[in-house]
Amino acid sequence: MSRSEPRGGTAAEAAVPSAGGLPRRAHGRAPLVAEGLFRTAALSSAAVVLVVMAGLLAVLVYRSRLSIDRFGWSFLWSAAWDPVRDNFGAASSIFGTLAATAIAMAIAVPLSLVIALFLVEVAPPRLARPVGYGIELLAAIPSIIYGMWGLFVLAPLMADHVQPVLQRFLGRLPLFSGPPMGIGILTAGLVLALMVLPFITAVARDVFALVPAVMKEAGYGLGATTWEVARKVTVGYGMKGLIGGVFLGLGRAIGETMAVTFVIGNDHRISASLFASGNSIASTLANEFTEASEPVYLSALVELGLILFVVTLVVQVLAQLWLARLGRRAGSVS
Amino acid sequence: MRRRPAWPRKAADVAVKTVSALAAAVGLGFLAWILVVVVRHGAAALNWTFLTSLPAPPGGSGGGLGNALLGTVVMTVLACALGVPVGMLAGVYLAEYGRGTRLATAVRFLANVMMGIPSIIIGLFVYAVIVLPAGHFSGWAGAVALALLVLPVVARTTEDMLGLVPNSLRESALALGAPHWRATVQILFRACRAGLLTGVLLAVARVSGETAPLLFTALNSPYWPQSLSGPTANLTVTIFNYAMSPYPAWQQAAWGASLIITLGVLALTIVSRALARERK
Amino acid sequence: MTTNPPPDLAPPRPAATTSPSPDVPAKISVRGLSFHYGAQQALFDNSLDIPAGRVTAIIGPSGCGKSTHIRVYNRIFELYRDQRATGEVWLDGENILAPGVDVIELRRRVGMIFQKPTPFPLTVYENLAYGLRLHYRVKGAELDDRIESALRAAALWDEVKDKLHRSGSALSGGQQQRLCIARAIAVEPEVLLMDEPTSAIDPVATSRIEELIVELKASYTIVIVTHNMQQAARLSDDTAFFYQGRIVEFGSTTDLFTNPRQKQTEDYITGRFG
Repeated sequence: MSRSEPRGGTAAEAAVPSAGGLPRRAHGRAPLVAEGLFRTAALSSAAVVLVVMAGLLAVLVYRSRLSIDRFGWSFLWSAAWDPVRDNFGAASSIFGTLAATAIAMAIAVPLSLVIALFLVEVAPPRLARPVGYGIELLAAIPSIIYGMWGLFVLAPLMADHVQPVLQRFLGRLPLFSGPPMGIGILTAGLVLALMVLPFITAVARDVFALVPAVMKEAGYGLGATTWEVARKVTVGYGMKGLIGGVFLGLGRAIGETMAVTFVIGNDHRISASLFASGNSIASTLANEFTEASEPVYLSALVELGLILFVVTLVVQVLAQLWLARLGRRAGSVS
Repeated sequence: MRRRPAWPRKAADVAVKTVSALAAAVGLGFLAWILVVVVRHGAAALNWTFLTSLPAPPGGSGGGLGNALLGTVVMTVLACALGVPVGMLAGVYLAEYGRGTRLATAVRFLANVMMGIPSIIIGLFVYAVIVLPAGHFSGWAGAVALALLVLPVVARTTEDMLGLVPNSLRESALALGAPHWRATVQILFRACRAGLLTGVLLAVARVSGETAPLLFTALNSPYWPQSLSGPTANLTVTIFNYAMSPYPAWQQAAWGASLIITLGVLALTIVSRALARERK
Repeated sequence: MTTNPPPDLAPPRPAATTSPSPDVPAKISVRGLSFHYGAQQALFDNSLDIPAGRVTAIIGPSGCGKSTHIRVYNRIFELYRDQRATGEVWLDGENILAPGVDVIELRRRVGMIFQKPTPFPLTVYENLAYGLRLHYRVKGAELDDRIESALRAAALWDEVKDKLHRSGSALSGGQQQRLCIARAIAVEPEVLLMDEPTSAIDPVATSRIEELIVELKASYTIVIVTHNMQQAARLSDDTAFFYQGRIVEFGSTTDLFTNPRQKQTEDYITGRFG
């Protein structure tokens, strides 16, 4: 198949000096090997994510087997927590986690939406940017700093001023009974609210900003006020994105550790009062894990971790699926 | 037909605008409150000795957290040395080699999920796979736990940033005869280096303030970190231990450590944000 | 079926029967090339001979497969998982679609210029040095010389000789495109593929690049995809008209524009569609 070759040579003569007289790099196998190595490294690194996620589940299940064998499903609803008699149950930790998270979400969701509304619809851009930046910085502050502030500043304030006032007006409700100690479920919920606020605000802001200007203009064109447009058009249009954001915030709140550990009181009991001390799964792990010497105790703590892992996994997966579905739909529209 | 009066609607509008402004003010107010508290309490503890010497014995005064500062820096650097390359390679797989494959879809999804897994669970995992088999707590285990937090963040950032590089640039590097890996490392990474740096800095900022993953891995130590194969002092676990202690001097030291951590994390965050803005 | 196959379709082995000028040896011989994007077929049984040392233009309405066709010549399409080429493309007697072909060497021999200028995020100097270092053991004064001669060949040297160490993306659009041409010719290719190289460039810069292409013809076999028929007429020796993934007509540019054999070609060049 020989044909004329106007310039240069063919692939076979890689080492031969080229027309310009420069020594050629013999390509041969070396670049293929390097490419193969790099590709394998990239693939293996990606696989690390899979391995870690699968490993997490496997390891947590394996290390909780003592506790699972011993307590079975009743671990989930037993309120016992008695290291002396080796009798453990997750109920008080689950209760504390849910209660603090519920308080946090009850405060953070409306507050976040209103702040996002301010940033997108109300504030002039010159103001919205620094304010938005400040709110985002709340997410940058480490958990343990929230803990320090919560324990040394917020908790005394709650004990001396907030809780007595609540008690004076609402003291007949069991929710606000008991001695105002400052630390407890309510304070933990407050600190958590502050911590998840920037995450929900960020999603809500993005969602609001994505509402097509045409739709808002249509609203204003009918003579609607900013609030009316926001309520009917913006929130209506962005509701699905908002739900994804709330889920992300929820996942954070459930697993938040240090700040809660500082202020929740770390007491294994279930109380109707928001002023009472309690514990969350994460705070119990943080507090007791390195002290647990008995195998069953340790195993029970790992099983708590397993519960936390499964719950956050479910929340995260739902949030990701939800957001991915929205993204696809938005993508197909454009 | 009777006109509906406009004033209740206008009043509602003003009320909502006011409430939204107040809510934003409340958010900023808490940020300022926390920062002021940390600076006020922390500044009183900070001095040269605090940054360079070992802690005072329980109940004693003086001393510092030099060992914890060093330990935090060393473990954070190590975590990056482990987590950043692996994360970037995983991102390269997602954006370059694996585009459109099922494996890439699964890894992307799980990396997103992994970012939301509580860091204390990561600590528990590393405890079970490194600390238990080794029989002791270690700085290495702490660094690995932090690296596992860095990994998904860097992987997703790298993928996103590579995805923003125009395809024509990728094609023209390959069309010149560059192997894909060289095109990626030498041309594409360079084209999105500001974005990559932002992602890495944000990941570093996030892990350098982490406590929970270190509780069962690095633990803590009152000594200088001699090697990383034993319990290793670090600022965040020290804050936890000291804050819960009954000694005022230790609580004071916890505030000092809080100030260092807060300043470090905020500085990293602000620098990376500034980089991100410059890119636009 | 809206098109006729090209006349004299040869059996799938190199033979110059689809060449517009049988006296000139073919640099690239395409035989039975088909192309798929996923399940969708974009090229149907393309066969043609690109004559050596001449400029071949590929014209046709957008979406007709012109770019897809030349993206097979350097196998750049392989970057995308769902793209697939079948058939044969012979470069100097070697079927570059066969397994085991050194793609890196293929891409050194077959350079490509893209629609939008794609300077690497490097200095002007490093933009050229990058490709040279990929393929040659070269450094120091020799590297400088090679870079200078490539920039001169791309008619860019006088404009950039004082900015060699500034970023390539700081150049104007037309300069960037000539930088890309210089980068491509620095590695001594034999073929230059140009995929609408002036469509993102202003008219003045376009005419400079067109002049450059005419000069480069002496040293390289050039295949240029263009939607601009005047440009094809000005620059090329031979022209292929593509329509819906098929080669409708391939002949000398003069013949094709003055005396098209196919009705579709005539409709297109007289502006009745496309």
